[in-house]
Amino acid sequence: MNGRMKRWDIWTLITTVIFLGYLLFLALPLFTLLFQSFIDGTTGQFSLAYFEKFFSRKYYTNAIWNSIKVTVCVTLLSVIIAGPLAYIMSTVKIKGAATIRILILISSMSAPFIGAYAWILLLGRSGVVTNAMKDWFGITMPEIYGFTGILLVLTLQLSPLIFMYVSGALNNVDNSLMEAAESMNCTGIRRMWKILMPLLTPTLLAGGLLVFMRAFADFGTPMLIGEGFRTVPVLIFTEFIGEVGGDDGFAAAISVIVVIFATSVFLLQKYISNKKSYSMSALNPIVPKEKKGFANIAAHAYVYLFTLLAMLPQLYVAYTSFKKTSGKIFVDGYSLDSYRSAFSKVGDSIFNTFFLAIVTIVIIVFASVLIAYATVKRKGTVANVLDTFTMMPYIVPGSILGIALLVTFNKQPMVLSGTAAILIIAFVIRRLPYTIRSSAAVLHQVSDSVEEASISLGASTMRTFFKVTVPMMLSGVVAGAILSWITIITELSTSIILYTGKTRTMTVAVYTEVVRGNYGVAAALSTLLTVITVISLLLFFKLSGKKEITM
Amino acid sequence: MSVNITFNNIVKKYGDTTVIPELSLEIQKGEFFTLLGPSGCGKTTLLRMVAGFNSIEGGTLEFNGRVMNQVAPNKRNIGMVFQNYAIFPHMSVSGNVAFGLQTRKVNKQEIAQRVEEILKVVQIEAYKDRMPKNLSGGQQQRVALARAIVIRPDVLLMDEPLSNLDAKLRIEMREAIKQIQREVGITTVYVTHDQEEAMAVSDRIAVMKSGVIQHLGTPREIYRRPSNLFVATFIGRTNILDARMTLVDGAASIDFGNGYSETIPGLKTNSANPNVKLSVRPEEFKISNDGTGIPGVMRSSSFLGMHTHLLVELTNGQQVEVISEGDDDVKLGDQVRLKIDPRKVNVYDETGEHNFTSGVGV
Repeated sequence: MNGRMKRWDIWTLITTVIFLGYLLFLALPLFTLLFQSFIDGTTGQFSLAYFEKFFSRKYYTNAIWNSIKVTVCVTLLSVIIAGPLAYIMSTVKIKGAATIRILILISSMSAPFIGAYAWILLLGRSGVVTNAMKDWFGITMPEIYGFTGILLVLTLQLSPLIFMYVSGALNNVDNSLMEAAESMNCTGIRRMWKILMPLLTPTLLAGGLLVFMRAFADFGTPMLIGEGFRTVPVLIFTEFIGEVGGDDGFAAAISVIVVIFATSVFLLQKYISNKKSYSMSALNPIVPKEKKGFANIAAHAYVYLFTLLAMLPQLYVAYTSFKKTSGKIFVDGYSLDSYRSAFSKVGDSIFNTFFLAIVTIVIIVFASVLIAYATVKRKGTVANVLDTFTMMPYIVPGSILGIALLVTFNKQPMVLSGTAAILIIAFVIRRLPYTIRSSAAVLHQVSDSVEEASISLGASTMRTFFKVTVPMMLSGVVAGAILSWITIITELSTSIILYTGKTRTMTVAVYTEVVRGNYGVAAALSTLLTVITVISLLLFFKLSGKKEITM
Repeated sequence: MSVNITFNNIVKKYGDTTVIPELSLEIQKGEFFTLLGPSGCGKTTLLRMVAGFNSIEGGTLEFNGRVMNQVAPNKRNIGMVFQNYAIFPHMSVSGNVAFGLQTRKVNKQEIAQRVEEILKVVQIEAYKDRMPKNLSGGQQQRVALARAIVIRPDVLLMDEPLSNLDAKLRIEMREAIKQIQREVGITTVYVTHDQEEAMAVSDRIAVMKSGVIQHLGTPREIYRRPSNLFVATFIGRTNILDARMTLVDGAASIDFGNGYSETIPGLKTNSANPNVKLSVRPEEFKISNDGTGIPGVMRSSSFLGMHTHLLVELTNGQQVEVISEGDDDVKLGDQVRLKIDPRKVNVYDETGEHNFTSGVGV
């Protein structure tokens, strides 16, 4: 039939072009990485030497072990802390609940390494809290560097994700399920365990996976606060960029091991959660109730304490950004010196961040509208493969994607290393999924017959797409684009590998200033970053009309 | 411009499965034609072939003799009303109605005028600036209808347009649809699984099963003389009885095997197999006063005002529905005898495929 043929042409062309883009900028780099890990750098022969080297030295295997330790502990702790938090917020009336939800969200949206650096300022060797405890009470605070610090920072940073996931799921649990259980004499802890937990398990698994992947891939936190405690991303970075002359092949080998590990975790999670998924939608959602006495106080204390701890790093960083500095040291009194020197020293990084992020977002918006449409409405083999491709950034850590792009595009015929293009490509690939997912979610709600109505009224396929389909997708696209935007401006692990003097971003600038001990400038830049994030988030709430975010 | 629609040996296949095998049909200009059948009978598939959303694997589809098989859906000049209305959620009522005119490049002034007119016809002119989410189901239905007919389509297609409305609104809307269709006089193809709705609106009905038209006729013909047992049971309520056909004085009559027999006027005879099946609608039974008829026991009786609904258990254990107009003085457990109305009942062969009765009964 004619109509079908026409659709076939246009959409096949579009999906093929996007598909080729993914092949070139995702599949090829990852394949190159795989190839390099098996080829000896000097002889060019097939060799397993890199893998032998990795597994034969404790120095390297320890990093894997450390990463697993950190990731598992962070994931469990996040669930243990944020699960009850979400439950309390859904069942108990908390004063200022709406504000608290936004604060928790903001805390999760900042770059994790800013948290690390703030906690060093607070609890580090000469941190304010450490000094105060020593001066006033003579108490020596435990070391924050190493495993403890990473655990603290990442748990506070990532548990909001679990909170958001569980809150969302609790919203979908019908209160009559709770009442039905109660009418059958199943109450309290027993009810929570028998009814609520099984219903929340898929959500906990999904949220847990996200936390796991984030914690596993995080580079800035262990780099700043880990000191001797080396995790895999740190190892990859130092092997690749290391002062002693980076070893591409070896870094590639580690990357391959990491990707294999991450993929297995991802598949395992998929397998388990597929067996335990329910579709729920609540007619009578659970409504927070006013509690009395101790329970009420305990609930408030828990919620407020968590919010305070989660917000503390950013608040403290913002505070220090207004302190007077003398050289690198904070002195008494307040001033805007840090901002002034931030603008004069690293002002270009602010421009770079905006430039890169805006170009990226424009590409993301176009690509995700097309990809979402192709994968939802024009199902086919190519569209299915495309769907799988867009999932890849969940599995491949940012630093590994950075390395993969760099080793692939640092030689003819396509030299991209050192350009803004390579950063944009990396950002697009990594942050596209947010916009695709929220666009696709809206599209799933749109019945095919709306498009058919337009066609039967005489509109062509393209006119239907632009006049009917795209306007209906718009809310999802905008919401997703803001999420992508926030995660682009706060991204570090890819940019730290791909940046050059000309393409330094704000997060990279903050990181390098922290490493150099220039805390004032770092604080000013981070505060600026937080302000942009908060404004973007508020815009997100305003435009999407939502009160929460699913990632 | 209304057209007549011709289906010439139309075939629909999904992969190797044939959904509609060689169907032929002629829909007259200006006719209100209904495709009726249980879900999965192929009625929506057929409608979507007319719309151009389903491909045609064999035969030809013609509008006024012009073959439409290869014409793209947006070039067919069709108005379509969808089951879920498919209102564009981001456009106002008048925006929705104007959409088809805009794609036809009608000038602004005329668009405004025609939109105004049609909104009056469907009686929603008061809501023209509302967004769809602020409309009730019935109002959305009217917008969908206005949007479909404002473009002056050659054919109006409606796919179960009333199934999402509540019972009362459904009756109100079907009257409105019928009236508007008569007013504008567009050839209309209507799909429904609701036989009462089909009877109420249609000029002619095609009853479908498994992609094959079982009976094509006016509502009255289909109800009175269903061409086979499937149609008889699908349209309205009926009781199926086993009986034997005999010849009494050269006229075919039906023998119920207990001394009761009834001569059926105009019954075609079947010498090969005397076993027949009878379709007797509840109102075609009568409680006999003269001691003859099919014997049974009263099992339940519900007084519904206009008539009384009875369940009678026959001697073979079969329960039949009887609608009694009068105030028959029978109680639960009473022995009763039932007679049939010989002019109205339908007699089929043993397979239920062939109707021996002729003429549309009174």
